[in-house]
Amino acid sequence: MGGRSCAVMAAAAGRVFRLCRRWGAGPRAQMLRLIYTTTAVQRKNVGASGPEKYTEAFIKKQIEEFNLGKRHLANMMGEDPETFTQEDIDRAIAYLFPSGLFDEQARPMMKHPREIFPEQRKIQWGEDGRPFHFLFYTGKQSYYSLMHETYEKLLNVEKYQDQLIAQDLPLQKEKRNLAGSRWLTKIELEEMLLEKLSDDDYSRFIQLLQKLTDLPCSDIEEKYIQKFSKELPVQMQKVVIEPLQYDEQGVAFSTGEGRRKTARATAVVYDNGTGKMTVNGKDILHYFPVLQDREQLLFPFQFLGRIGKHDAVCTVSGGGRSAQAGAIRLACAKALRSFVTEKEVEFMRQAGLLTVDPRVKERKKPGQEGARRKFTWKKR
Amino acid sequence: MAVPRLLRAAAPRLYSTVLVPAPATATAPVATQPSDDKLLSEPLSHPDFFNVKELFTLKDLFDARVHLGHKKGCRHRFMEPYIFGCRLDQDIIDLEQTMQHLQLALNFTAHIAYRKGIILFISRKRQFCHLVECTARACGEYAHTRYWQGGLLTNAHIQFGAGVRLPDLIVFLSSLNNVFQTHVAVRDAAKMNIPTVGVVDTNCNPSLITYPIPGNDDSPSAVELYCKLFRMTIIRAKDKRRQSEAVEELRRKAEGN
Repeated sequence: MGGRSCAVMAAAAGRVFRLCRRWGAGPRAQMLRLIYTTTAVQRKNVGASGPEKYTEAFIKKQIEEFNLGKRHLANMMGEDPETFTQEDIDRAIAYLFPSGLFDEQARPMMKHPREIFPEQRKIQWGEDGRPFHFLFYTGKQSYYSLMHETYEKLLNVEKYQDQLIAQDLPLQKEKRNLAGSRWLTKIELEEMLLEKLSDDDYSRFIQLLQKLTDLPCSDIEEKYIQKFSKELPVQMQKVVIEPLQYDEQGVAFSTGEGRRKTARATAVVYDNGTGKMTVNGKDILHYFPVLQDREQLLFPFQFLGRIGKHDAVCTVSGGGRSAQAGAIRLACAKALRSFVTEKEVEFMRQAGLLTVDPRVKERKKPGQEGARRKFTWKKR
Repeated sequence: MAVPRLLRAAAPRLYSTVLVPAPATATAPVATQPSDDKLLSEPLSHPDFFNVKELFTLKDLFDARVHLGHKKGCRHRFMEPYIFGCRLDQDIIDLEQTMQHLQLALNFTAHIAYRKGIILFISRKRQFCHLVECTARACGEYAHTRYWQGGLLTNAHIQFGAGVRLPDLIVFLSSLNNVFQTHVAVRDAAKMNIPTVGVVDTNCNPSLITYPIPGNDDSPSAVELYCKLFRMTIIRAKDKRRQSEAVEELRRKAEGN
């Protein structure tokens, strides 16, 4: 009993060790049958022999061995072989063969053979030597067969168009929404075809697809074209203007937030007012002694022609004198959007009242005295 | 059993040295049983086992404009024997000779297809690329109408992997590439001892092609005719092979009983 479990362990261990040397799928993946080789030898093999191929039968055998090994591993760990997932396998391997190697790919791993042996390196011909695909001898069979298919669809559409013209029927001219979709990128196409493409190949294919979609009756091949187009992500959200709120007396009011440099401000603008403005509990005349700051505050109201019609209660913190004024200006403008038509909101936007001023203090750089000022240049 | 067959199939070029009109290149392994032997040697005893002569007539060739060559200035020196004459500066190809060459070429193709050889169709004319690929697919054979990568035949073991089997016959529906020079595959096939069948126009060089077919390679009607003829011969030869194998099976069963 002990001997059998040792043999099983050894068998599983041998498999894992063999497996652990298979670097993952990728251009430099190499399958090693020997266990003890140096990296230098591996690298030499990659250049000289070219891509290694393996047959369908070999992969089947590997899958059987993998499943068997998975069950043995589950038994070893004392878990149920039926519900042993890939995560459990990884945990078990990490427990049984702890490794301090930094490279994740270099640690022992046990993965399903389909992930280790990339699809494109299967042998493409049968037992009698005849290749499976009729374009095998071109070298790029998936890409050229794709071009062949697409061209065939193009010919189909042209034939259909000719038929419609012969019957004097109008050609359909449905405007297709091109803005909402994009073609597959080169990398996505490579993943789809499991073959490397050059930039030229990719651009030729996209040109052919474009030619197909530009034909008036291309709707008949819609399904085929959709395989190669993707939806663009949702467009920028439209800014929602909040509706007016009403307080206990039935007076309409609206809030807005604004910032400028390090100052942050909130403003509550009331309707049916007399033009009184309060900042942090103080009147603006006391809070902003300088005329320029008060002008900044009143600008949104003056622009809309509503100077004596609104009251405003604002709070502000941070920044300096000018920054606070600018922040409150933006907050008031944002609050006023709710009182005003969409056209006037557009006017405000174009006037620059609704844009956050992005200017902040530029950092000082080492080797210079300030952000831009350099140290005095001395000739000698 | 499978391994020696694969090896011989993978490197038939190394074993065959002389090209004989009848296909003696070992596309199939040397017969192990007398019935196999009979299957392969019986077609060789007839001059036209697959009756390819009935597939086309001189009038068909004329109607498909096969006799029209290029202008006098484009004429290749080696094509002069095949040219009937020159009218208004345009070369006219001798259809009597074309008939003979076409019959030889189709017969050869049929024998190769009968012996389960791999046939590769090559044409670098963009106009007929799709047609040639469709023809190849219909026959169950292979086509290459795209950019020719340098080492496809000569460096095949590295480009495709070890143990790849090269084509046993290459059919050129146009022996020139897009720059009006002889296609590289003609020279490469000669290097790898692969027999070639090719349609040669008046501006082509017929030297290295085993079975040249002097004829027009630019008109759509002519190329469609060639595709049709090759497709019919190959399908006919394959059907004949299947029939012969079925007959042999029955005979063997009867003898066994």
